[in-house]
Amino acid sequence: MHITSPAFKKNAHRALNDAGLQKALKHARPMFTGNRARAVANLPEFEQLRDIGRDIKNHTLANLDWYLETYAANVERAGGHVHWCSTADEARAKVLEICRSVGARTVTKGKSMISEELGINEHLAKHGITPVETDLGEYILQIRDEGPSHIIAPAFHLNLEDWEKTFRAVHTDLPADRVFGDRRDILAEARTRLREKFLAADVGITGANFLIAETGSSVIVTNEGNGDLTQTLPRIHIALASIEKVVPTLEDATSLLRLLARSATGQDFSVYTTFSTGARRAADLDGPEQYHVVLIDNGRSNMMGTDFQEMLRCIRCAACMNHCPVYGATGGHAYGWVYPGPMGSVLTPTLIGVEKAGHLPNASTFCGKCESVCPVKIPLPKMMRHWREREFERHLSPASVRGGLKVWSWFAKRPAAYRLATRAMIAALGLLGRKKGAFRSLPMAGGWTEGRDLPVPEGGTFMARYAATQRGKRP
Amino acid sequence: MSKDAILGAIRRGLRRGPLPADQAAMLEGRLATHPRHLIPARSRIPRPDQIALFIRNVEKEFGTVARVDGPEAVPGAVADWLAGQNLPPRFVMAPHPDLLALPWSDRPMLTFEARRGEGSDTVSVQHGWAAVAETGTLLFPSDPTRPTTLNLLPESEIVVLRASRIVGAYEEAWDLLRAERQDAETGGFMPRNLMFVTGPSRSADIEQTLELGAHGPRRLHVVLVEDDPAAR
Repeated sequence: MHITSPAFKKNAHRALNDAGLQKALKHARPMFTGNRARAVANLPEFEQLRDIGRDIKNHTLANLDWYLETYAANVERAGGHVHWCSTADEARAKVLEICRSVGARTVTKGKSMISEELGINEHLAKHGITPVETDLGEYILQIRDEGPSHIIAPAFHLNLEDWEKTFRAVHTDLPADRVFGDRRDILAEARTRLREKFLAADVGITGANFLIAETGSSVIVTNEGNGDLTQTLPRIHIALASIEKVVPTLEDATSLLRLLARSATGQDFSVYTTFSTGARRAADLDGPEQYHVVLIDNGRSNMMGTDFQEMLRCIRCAACMNHCPVYGATGGHAYGWVYPGPMGSVLTPTLIGVEKAGHLPNASTFCGKCESVCPVKIPLPKMMRHWREREFERHLSPASVRGGLKVWSWFAKRPAAYRLATRAMIAALGLLGRKKGAFRSLPMAGGWTEGRDLPVPEGGTFMARYAATQRGKRP
Repeated sequence: MSKDAILGAIRRGLRRGPLPADQAAMLEGRLATHPRHLIPARSRIPRPDQIALFIRNVEKEFGTVARVDGPEAVPGAVADWLAGQNLPPRFVMAPHPDLLALPWSDRPMLTFEARRGEGSDTVSVQHGWAAVAETGTLLFPSDPTRPTTLNLLPESEIVVLRASRIVGAYEEAWDLLRAERQDAETGGFMPRNLMFVTGPSRSADIEQTLELGAHGPRRLHVVLVEDDPAAR
């Protein structure tokens, strides 16, 4: 996937002026937040489960090497194969090798963000194998040659008219004057079209929401059933999974599953939660002949023992972006790579480098909503602050920001000077704006006043008022 | 090669070498005892209420349930439901002994084939192995008598489930699986494929608005066979 994270500011500006995108965001966001709130309200134990989820993941990470080895041994015991891959290059080559081993021509795919991260589709296509995305959202994005704008609702940014237009342009064998009455007609057309693809595919590639060390199973969670058709019908099933997906037992996975759908779509449970363990048994009537797990690091092991280790708890529910005011204003494409929103602002710099993704951790108001809804309590704002510190230390931030911070820190370290300066500033602003009551624009604050007026300060500074009330309290 | 590199990097991050034997033994113990965590109170209720909770949750997720008094009433319930949905009296059925033993000849209009699912199938009758009341979830471990394709390819899926197979929480279903199943090839209790199904297939990818019938069944109907005196 082409990276445009360095151009975040330009991307965001474009997104704010994109009427279609703004319409989609306004329509969809309240659904996500409302559905989650309802699901959480219906499970009184939800807050306790968040602590449990955090603890399960922390326990696993503290013993990650052992759990991965145990998981891999149990996959092999069940007749599957595990391929350890340090880099995206290695993983792509392994997937291609497996596909070629059966002379694959088409490959169906379940929605997988790790697949986007690795660029599996581009790699297969370059080598003459046709990848077919089967999740409805991913299907239309593949046609439109766009990346996902959301990790669980990849076509978040499209409106009904976009779907209609795209389907008409691509499904040209169907009558051009057919009527799309509503969403159901779009869904029916995609179902028919993709059914042929499911039945024809030689290899099916899915992601994995969890890997279970106890049993050597991989788990996928879907609503459409496309992931299940992808992993059931072809001769080979390849599950792509990053190393932090492993959990110890079925009971551990169960507790996390209680959090996942509620945090993601606001469902109590997704329609299909499926555990795959090994390949088709001799007497089975269906299922793939081979089961492969491509186990991918791609930079994650380097997060262990750092300020960012806790990010490896993430179960990719998207609650953080669904509740983020910045994501809500710009949508996902502005972030410029696979993972948008707060989790992306933390993860993307670790995976593609802070020099490319430095804008992302700065694209936060630090309102803290992301952390408050995270099902495994990842301290996302704290980690974005770590990235800002590193960016500053490595002199990656622009001169104006560094200069401004220097001036501010000089004053911040000298309370008397700070108070004097703020008092002077407030007095000056108060004097200047006394007649109008508010400033429509201010020098050096054009970005701030573009969208709102600055009210004229009234009365003294906070410190002056605070001191006055303190004096008043003491007899 | 990569395996060593990945494990090495993890251990460097954890500032230790391979896990010492005593700690590894503790983790082995945790896997062997697979301790339960908090189980939500919603399913910790008397037996008849658990059955009612299951039905309520299936219906909440856009499935339907018909309760019948015994196995002999299943063919009639299947025929009635198909007629009610305006579907032809033909289906493909899981070759499970419990299903094959049902008195299908009582309803001579019904015809079926016992096999796996194919792309052109319209209705399947599947064997419900167990179900979880907590969220109205049906469990289908794959084996020669319970093909996975029957859960996926037909437009309508009818599940025959005995009431005694409904448990409260997922954890109880794991205990059933561990106690009842042993895979002849792997020696483990996990089947190749284990599906947890909660309602019919759906998608909200178009404008985040729910539509039923994405790639799997559009309709999910449970024929619940009363065989649990405690559940009435």
